[in-house]
Amino acid sequence: MFGVHEVSPVVRRRVSLAMTFAVVVVLLLGARLWHLQVLHGEEMAALSENNRIRLRRDPATRGRVVDRYGAVVIDSQASFDAVLVPEDARDLPSVVETLAPFLGQTTAETQAALDRAAGRPAFQEVTIKRNLAYDEVAAIETHQVELPGVSLRVTPSRVYPHGPSLAHVLGYVGEVTQEEVERHPNYRPGDVVGKAGLERQWEADLRGVEGGQQIEVDALGRELRVLDEAEAVPGHTLVLSVDLALQEAAERALGDNAGAVVALDPRNGDVLAMVSEPSFDPNAFTGGIKPALWRELTTHPRHPLNARATQGQYPPGSTFKIIVAAAALEEGIVNPFTRIGCPGYLAFGNHTFRCWKHGGHGSVNVHDALVGSCDVFFYQVGSRLGVDTIARYAREFGLGAPTGIEIGNERSGLMPDSAWKKQRFKQPWQKGETLSVAIGQGAVTATPLQMAEAVATIATGVRYQPRLVQRVEAIDGSLVREIPPRVAAKLEVRDTVLKQVQEALVDVVSRGTGKNAKLPDIAVGGKTGTSQVVTIGRTRLKASQMKWNQRDHAWFVAFAPAEEPTIAIATLVEHADGGGGAVAAPIAKEVLKAYFRLQEERTGVRVAQN
Amino acid sequence: MLRIDRRLLAHIEWPLLVLALLVTGVGLLTILSATFHDGHLVSAYVVRQATWAGLGLIGMVLAISIDYRTLNRYAYPIYGLLLLALALVLVMGVSGGGARRWLGVGAVALQPSEFMKVGLVLLLAHILHRWAGERRLTIRRLIGPGLLIVVPMLLILKQPDLGTAIALGMGAFTVLMIAGFPVRLLVIAALVIGPLLPYGYHHLKPYQQKRLDNFINPQADRLGSGYHALQSQIAIGSGQVYGKGYLKGTQNQLKFLPEQHTDFIFSVYAEEWGFAGAAVLLVLYLALVLRGASIAFRARDNLGALLAAGLTGTIFWQAVINVGMTSGALPVVGITLPFLSYGGSSMLALLLSVGLLMNISMRRHTF
Repeated sequence: MFGVHEVSPVVRRRVSLAMTFAVVVVLLLGARLWHLQVLHGEEMAALSENNRIRLRRDPATRGRVVDRYGAVVIDSQASFDAVLVPEDARDLPSVVETLAPFLGQTTAETQAALDRAAGRPAFQEVTIKRNLAYDEVAAIETHQVELPGVSLRVTPSRVYPHGPSLAHVLGYVGEVTQEEVERHPNYRPGDVVGKAGLERQWEADLRGVEGGQQIEVDALGRELRVLDEAEAVPGHTLVLSVDLALQEAAERALGDNAGAVVALDPRNGDVLAMVSEPSFDPNAFTGGIKPALWRELTTHPRHPLNARATQGQYPPGSTFKIIVAAAALEEGIVNPFTRIGCPGYLAFGNHTFRCWKHGGHGSVNVHDALVGSCDVFFYQVGSRLGVDTIARYAREFGLGAPTGIEIGNERSGLMPDSAWKKQRFKQPWQKGETLSVAIGQGAVTATPLQMAEAVATIATGVRYQPRLVQRVEAIDGSLVREIPPRVAAKLEVRDTVLKQVQEALVDVVSRGTGKNAKLPDIAVGGKTGTSQVVTIGRTRLKASQMKWNQRDHAWFVAFAPAEEPTIAIATLVEHADGGGGAVAAPIAKEVLKAYFRLQEERTGVRVAQN
Repeated sequence: MLRIDRRLLAHIEWPLLVLALLVTGVGLLTILSATFHDGHLVSAYVVRQATWAGLGLIGMVLAISIDYRTLNRYAYPIYGLLLLALALVLVMGVSGGGARRWLGVGAVALQPSEFMKVGLVLLLAHILHRWAGERRLTIRRLIGPGLLIVVPMLLILKQPDLGTAIALGMGAFTVLMIAGFPVRLLVIAALVIGPLLPYGYHHLKPYQQKRLDNFINPQADRLGSGYHALQSQIAIGSGQVYGKGYLKGTQNQLKFLPEQHTDFIFSVYAEEWGFAGAAVLLVLYLALVLRGASIAFRARDNLGALLAAGLTGTIFWQAVINVGMTSGALPVVGITLPFLSYGGSSMLALLLSVGLLMNISMRRHTF
């Protein structure tokens, strides 16, 4: 019927070869699956989880900051960000081109914002620009049709209603850096974080708890359902010890000068005002500072970013004599009646140390020496005390160490002693150097905050750690934490010594070098200081004859009311065109006047001596 | 013609039948899972696939009952009809997924290329069984069969359907090799064709070029066209050793897998059943293929041997290429997994093939 062809041996051999081949191939496939499912299974399982669940983050509204009377110092307001989902833009290049001018950007800038987000999951929006101006929002709204994929996202944004006022204390916020993200697992790129000042130091309280949603998506990025949701918890409110009205008065008083004003409550360390001028506007940092502005701020000859009150280190000059006087009386080097003659200079070794007063002060006791700020008296007394004893007292007053104010980046100033010299220069201390230290020159430096602390200490005998934040409140106003006043040191001097120095300081203002700070009805204790920036040559130049950055710094420290001090103040004017009495004292007077006026307005009680 | 010989019933090829039905059952379960997210427990796909499987069983009985030697006489007409159908597909075919692959016949759409896989093997067995294993198998004699292979392949490539064209070619290649195609000719052919491959690359469709590029480096374009390959590997890998459980494959349920009920059904299966399940499935396929090969080995004549080898080879290569591409060992070519992938024509053609294999097995003792 059919031509039957017996199966050829070749065919049989080939079939059995093919069977072996099939076994080998299937084993290879099995090996491939072993590789994927067993060796790399966990990895792949993690990948499949990432595929499925997308996180939408809901940033917490950052906590507010208010002054001691509740006036808003830092606020969080809704701001609009322009976001783009590239997958939704049908023609991405043309969308970018259309969008850029609406945001005041070049196409390249917009593209760059997009490129920074490379590697993000599909359908995740990319923030193109934060904190849009009103007209930018309007432009996007009206051109929505030409901008597929572009939308507006409302996010909380930082607002500093008073601009540069208190800027160095408050600090500013910015986008978290790559480094910070790596250090803190709770932060993700794009998060806002405190970069300086209170914003940085109190980040944990201000930040709040981020909320978010776990959304299940399909491969097209379409949201299927919300798996889990956590509501954002707004950050806490910081209640400052600062009195914003006093702060503004102090800023006005300092005017265009470069310098600092620090006002403390000597009874608890409350920082009532802290001015550093020139300042900057922290609002410029919200949403990313423009490079040109950043360059301007960092290269400005007067260094507006420098927080002079806590970071500026200046020789305290004659304000330091308060400390030396207290030390001399306590150590018994002098008593209130010990007199020293001032001929206008002191010959010491082969060097002549001059008094600021050419003709000399004549015979002065410690009271007169403070009132007239006699250099020769303090040369003599300082030399007898020795630098190590002076340094010991100065540290009690808070010099040479950070005060511990909670805004970070504080400088400690320098209180030299023989050990320091040996360690730093490998040389023994020279006796002549003690003379310079005794009048607050030489290597001694202090920040304005430290000098405010020092004068507060002489006013009460107790040094408090400066307190900027009185308490932390939750969003509903309930108390989270109170920051109690903290005694940093109790001054180891007898009450009589304290009284003697205080009385002398009152006379400094009533009839001495500090007359310009005199108030009509309230006793003020104070001390002027003029610290040299460059070594004085043979002929003394007038400030107006010197280059600005070679002029002396003018100091004035004060407390009031003298009988029961409620405010201690340090004023520093950098490179002033006059000494402490002429330039710094009037500023302090303005601040004190404002302080007592504000107190009267608020309490209805007039603080007056007579 | 439909007279069933009692002696045949005594020799029913049970092992192959059981294996084929087992794999088909796994296929139905997996299609159910792959299309589960539609919200209905039993999707329309499963019902349709089961219906086709039922039709396939009827076809299988027919394929058993007609002696393959009788069928052999109709090899050319069958091939001719299928070639005509393939040509018609290009002219008046039904489109789907960017390709014209179906021919509307009443309410159903048939895919002639699937039947051509069987038709071509039948024709090649018909042509080659006379010379199989003999020296007479020369190049000159292979020109004719070569053309008969290339023409349907080109028609299928035109649809375009690279995967099916490859499956067709591999089935034909198997028949040639079993028939004793000289190995040294194969080496020469490889040496000649190899250098032409880059040229061929330029003639591929852009999407096909991309698939090849992505095979070489799937990470390069994670959200673009490398996506399918990568998502499939993630699906398979995430099944780990024991799988996520039936109906619990997240990659599949959330549509991260493309073509999850056709080309990528293995990913769905492997995600849910893990390495353990995948190994079981591979063993089932290997058993089926070895059983098919043993039918070829034990066939009573060259015709039966070549036919059995070709049909088995077609199933083998499809399974290997499909599992290879879904697991990232081979480029994505859009080939279906025999018995598992959803597809009526494919199911019908496969069960016809099984019927033919049983036919050969059961008639090895008859004259």
